[in-house]
Amino acid sequence: MVKEFGLDWTFVIGHLNYWLFIILMMTGLYIVVAKGNLVKKIVGLNIFQTAVFMLYISVGKVKGGTAPIFPVDMNIDPDVLYSNPLPHVLILTAIVVGVATTSLGLALAVRIREEYGTIEEDSIQKIDRDTCLQDANLHSEVASEPR
Amino acid sequence: MLTALAVVRAQSLFATAMLSGAFSLLSALLFVTLDAVDVAFTEAAVGAGISTVLMLGTLALTARFERPATHSPVIPLFVVFVTGAALIYGTLDMPNFGDPNAPAQVHLAPDFIQNSPHEIDVPNIVTAILASYRGFDTLGEVAVVFTAGVGVLLLLSGLRHRRRRQGKEDS
Repeated sequence: MVKEFGLDWTFVIGHLNYWLFIILMMTGLYIVVAKGNLVKKIVGLNIFQTAVFMLYISVGKVKGGTAPIFPVDMNIDPDVLYSNPLPHVLILTAIVVGVATTSLGLALAVRIREEYGTIEEDSIQKIDRDTCLQDANLHSEVASEPR
Repeated sequence: MLTALAVVRAQSLFATAMLSGAFSLLSALLFVTLDAVDVAFTEAAVGAGISTVLMLGTLALTARFERPATHSPVIPLFVVFVTGAALIYGTLDMPNFGDPNAPAQVHLAPDFIQNSPHEIDVPNIVTAILASYRGFDTLGEVAVVFTAGVGVLLLLSGLRHRRRRQGKEDS
């Protein structure tokens, strides 16, 4: 078995692609978690998503392979090595679904901005808390009124 | 990669939108080098094109700049590092990059590559799988996109109407 933390260079080079994509993924996750702006969060989500796509596509790559498209005259040379077409199909679907979610998220951001006048997370929370407090005060006044 | 890091730093949301477009374009180039030309197509058209337009539209309707963060980034950084370490630990069992004998390569893919010329007779294997072998998947995808479109329409449909009413109240 390979030495996992030693200087096994084939192992390191063979896994470098996964590690780079994971770093990219974590960049996206950091944006989602740490940034307060809703549009920025959606951009972070997109970066995360693209990193996952890259991971899948790199799993489907075969060394020395070519794009999985036959010649137009359908004279198939059996010696030609093709990369795995299945991840490509899955990721095609995922990209389109990703755009659908992005557009929905952005529409929500527009709607929130309309209602609250801001798209910063902490201001929205503050406004929410204030409304709750006002509500609670109002109701307690109503409840404590003598009948 | 660098563009992603720039997105973390950029305060101007306009710059963020442009950088995410550039990021999509670069990832499309990466997909071409990884033999996934169809995916690169879609990523360039959809990721770099439509997403950027959507972002710019949102920015036009909301704010141009983000406020600097008010709380410290220590906890998010910690979460991110723990998750990243767990994921990297998970990759240690994975096959080397480009290995033709990897489990992902030996089960379904040879079947598709050998049979799709006789069964479907389309030169592009990705198209054959997308439209025929996994046709129901694509149908589901269309349903998702339709639902998202309806959702966006419902969320935004009253926008102009409400604006006009507000304008009347103001004047």
